[in-house]
Amino acid sequence: MNMQLVRFLGWRAVQVLPVLAMATLAIFGLIQLVPGDPAATIAGEYATAENIEAIRRDLGLDRPLWEQYGTWLWNALQGDLSNSLLTGLPVLDEVARRLPPTLFIAVFALLISICIGVPLGILAATRADSALDRFVTSVASLGVAVPNFWLGMIFVSIFALGFGWFPTTGARPISEDFWGAVHHAALPAATLATAGIAEIARQLRSSLIEVLQSQYVRTLRAKGLSPARILWKHGLRNAALTLLTVIGLVFNHTLGATVATEAVFAIPGAGSMIVNAAINKDFPVLQGAVFVLVLIVISMNLIIDLLYTVLDPRVKKD
Amino acid sequence: MTSPEQISAAPARPRTDAAPLLDVRGLGISFAGPDKRISVVRDVTFSVAPGECVGLVGESGCGKTVTGLALMGLLPVHGSRFEGQLLLDGEDLLTLSEAQWRKRRGRRLGMIFQEPMSALDPVFTIGEQIGETLRTHFRISRREARDRAIEALEAVGISEPVRRHDAYPHELSGGMRQRAMIAMAISCEPALLIADEPTTALDVTVQAQITDVLGELSARSGMAMLFISHDLGLVSQTCSRIVTMYAGEVVEMGETDDVLLKPRHPYTSGLLRSLPSFTQRKGRLPSIPGRVPRPGDFPETCRFQDRCAHSREGCLTRQHLLRVGEQRFSRCHRSEDLDLPGVLS
Ligand SMILES: Nc1ncnc2c1ncn2[C@@H]1O[C@H](COP(=O)(O)OP(=O)(O)OP(=O)(O)O)[C@@H](O)[C@H]1O
Ligand code: SF4
Ligand SMILES: [Mg+2]
Repeated sequence: MNMQLVRFLGWRAVQVLPVLAMATLAIFGLIQLVPGDPAATIAGEYATAENIEAIRRDLGLDRPLWEQYGTWLWNALQGDLSNSLLTGLPVLDEVARRLPPTLFIAVFALLISICIGVPLGILAATRADSALDRFVTSVASLGVAVPNFWLGMIFVSIFALGFGWFPTTGARPISEDFWGAVHHAALPAATLATAGIAEIARQLRSSLIEVLQSQYVRTLRAKGLSPARILWKHGLRNAALTLLTVIGLVFNHTLGATVATEAVFAIPGAGSMIVNAAINKDFPVLQGAVFVLVLIVISMNLIIDLLYTVLDPRVKKD
Repeated sequence: MTSPEQISAAPARPRTDAAPLLDVRGLGISFAGPDKRISVVRDVTFSVAPGECVGLVGESGCGKTVTGLALMGLLPVHGSRFEGQLLLDGEDLLTLSEAQWRKRRGRRLGMIFQEPMSALDPVFTIGEQIGETLRTHFRISRREARDRAIEALEAVGISEPVRRHDAYPHELSGGMRQRAMIAMAISCEPALLIADEPTTALDVTVQAQITDVLGELSARSGMAMLFISHDLGLVSQTCSRIVTMYAGEVVEMGETDDVLLKPRHPYTSGLLRSLPSFTQRKGRLPSIPGRVPRPGDFPETCRFQDRCAHSREGCLTRQHLLRVGEQRFSRCHRSEDLDLPGVLS
């Protein structure tokens, strides 16, 4: 069993490498299309052509593109994410500073999505085709469709500007002021959670309805089990498999959406870091951020896969 | 010729030696259709004595499963409507509340289904699923439930019951799964087991084994059985009496040997003659021409009329279940005149 687990993790780690390489290569390629020259930016307004050329050589920007990328990837795989072209500071430090607020909001949003989405899904499924079910289903379709930034602005105008319950912008460091951080993250997390709640409620509802109409639920009824027991023990246990998949997807979406939502709430997270790096063609920062985000997404999926092997006896463990 | 006694207008139950365990009297079932009520089962009358094994046969769509599910109270609550009486130990099941039903399901009445693949919860071990049944109906510890589940697995002929107790359904073969289903259904020692096509989804060799297990269980524990199947041959091996259903009605009823030798309804005769095991003839088996009408399209005549070779003018009215002998009933007014071929003729 443990040996199996080790092999499973090892195999997954091998699978991850191409994904990381592809994602960062794509970013590297895209950034070449952005106009501008980091060397010129660093050199400043009054720099001469020689100045700029010197800086380019210094940064290695005169080398062939494949060599620049190759060096970066080689170092990254060894844990060295290089330095920012603009500030010269290690990218890893910058990422470590900017990522926590983003992750905090994403995880916060995921928790809200689960805590509200799961009960709504159960409620809708057990009352399939009732008025409540139709309400949940239609609100859920709306929740999936509404653009995040727009919803964010609505939330700000109602709950921050209108009632004054939450700050409009900014973030607090989690390590220093946890409740302050929660307070600041509440509105952006709620904004992000809307789509997650909708997705989880919808998918859980349909999965649960399918389970409750299955042959084996008829067997359970034939055994004399009560509807409550069938729902809470067998229904949820079977629907949990779908739920797990959905939670993984929702986390990925939420993390992506956080990057954009940060702009609405002026949160100094990974989002603004990525935007600035892209404007300045600071490719080590951009690739470093993407590298870490992809790692996080992959780790989350790995956790989900592991949970799957625990929850579903049909999944072979090798 | 004596005028046959008509029983279905004023339902009298067929005489059996013992007081019946199950007594179905004039059962009618209808569902809410898109624009009107659709009657699926009508005037179903039969009984099962304690320990007796009764076969319920008929082609696909005759209403066998619906009848079985009605006995378990498992038809959809919304839209289903019932007539007649379903007496179990003299108590009319149709008057029970859902909570009262639950006390009897799995305890007094057990049911097994056609598809052992999909009829077990895939994410729990079979032992857990058997133990769960026991703990629903008896106040026993998990440990005790485990012991009794293992006993039940042993009783249905599963080798290495202790190991199989902790196996998941997907780890067992189809035959094993059906045995596990049976173990689950008999774990609380029900008085009546309803087996709905228990072998249809299995290989031929496994079919015989499962049929044997059911027969043995019934004989050993005195459990009565309603064996539902489209295969008259299979049913005749296990059951002492046979009830034939056609288009939602019981059309013939009698002791197995009598029915096989001398069917009293053209439909039963047709079923018998299409059995490969009973026909001496070589070549193509004579199957009954035509198809079972769908519910909603049932004719007002004898429901078998459009497929019957013996149809006459008198067949164009509704037929009632007639007593045609000791323990024999037929829903054909010509059953006295016709000399229908059985398995040996
Ligand atoms: N819930 C329902 N609502 C409406 N019609 C139904 C319902 N359940 C069953 N029926 C109809 O009742 C008829 C009898 O079905 P049933 O399943 O009892 O036949 P059967 O004799 O068991 O046949 P088979 O050999 O195919 O299992 C079918 O025509 C079916 O479509
Ligand atoms: S009543 Fe007439 S049509 Fe119906 S089975 Fe008898 S002979 Fe055939
Ligand atoms: Mg059926």
